[in-house]
Amino acid sequence: MTTRTDRGGRRGWVVGALAIAALVVVLAAYLASGDPDGLERVAEDVGFIGAGQDSPFAIIADYVFPGMDGPMATILAGLLGVAAVFAVVWLAGKALSRRRA
Amino acid sequence: MTLPSIHALHAPDGFVSVPIAIAMWVATIAVVGFAVRRTNQHLDDRAVPLLGVMAAFIFAAQMFNFPVIGGTSGHLLGGVLAAVMLGPWAGTLVMTAVVAVQALLFQDGGLVIMGANIFNMGIVGTLGGYWLYRAIAGLLGGEERGRLPAAAIAAWASVVGGSVAMALQLGASEVVPLGLALPAMVGVHALIGIGEALITVAALAFIGVTRADLFRLRDAAA
Repeated sequence: MTTRTDRGGRRGWVVGALAIAALVVVLAAYLASGDPDGLERVAEDVGFIGAGQDSPFAIIADYVFPGMDGPMATILAGLLGVAAVFAVVWLAGKALSRRRA
Repeated sequence: MTLPSIHALHAPDGFVSVPIAIAMWVATIAVVGFAVRRTNQHLDDRAVPLLGVMAAFIFAAQMFNFPVIGGTSGHLLGGVLAAVMLGPWAGTLVMTAVVAVQALLFQDGGLVIMGANIFNMGIVGTLGGYWLYRAIAGLLGGEERGRLPAAAIAAWASVVGGSVAMALQLGASEVVPLGLALPAMVGVHALIGIGEALITVAALAFIGVTRADLFRLRDAAA
């Protein structure tokens, strides 16, 4: 049987690590550079930015939660993304992993 | 006060031709399929939470564009960080999940070009970066001693390598001549790679100070 201490010790760091990811999202919403990134800069300078097509659908486009604006929209979108990738990878890992002695 | 918005950052559809996009999907599916098999054979269930946590952190960090030079920004890719912690195959799966969620949920990167985006950002730097990391760490007397410098060099190379792959696909697609795309992509990503190296080293140093035991999970994750 797993003791309470074991559980805390095993899961505590996961919560801590997810809190760091959440903090990065919050900081990004306020501090991230709005300048074009490397590929976008090259596409503008070399002249193929026009080749890019818009997505035919939008769920949470541009990391802005629909119907909201400002940093809260980005924070909410980012936290949702953190939760989504964590869940997807956790479930895939569970499905693929094997129990070891 | 205008707050910066997080732009969609990954390559949209149209940046590579359909034949090149299909070729990259084939290559990506082959590598990811192999990574699934290897992970299925070797992944210890104790390593599963670390997979989820690395994916969460890399997703968050990719939102954080840092200024580089001349009105240009860059962001972490995270392939070397993932591979150092999880090994090349589980690392590849984590990177694939991040890029896929970005495209499907956030319209960050096109769907037709998603195979190329996974290949360039999640495979080139994760597999190539991992093997480079292990080679350099070996030269420096092992991972215990050489972890941070080896990770720094591999992280830088992973960004430059990904940009070379993207430039080759742009050139092969005849979207832009390779002679223009290659120097421009490598030039800016050689700078962005410095940011990749700094963040990768900071994250590994933080883990080393707080939870060095997590480094041992990798050989479980293989």
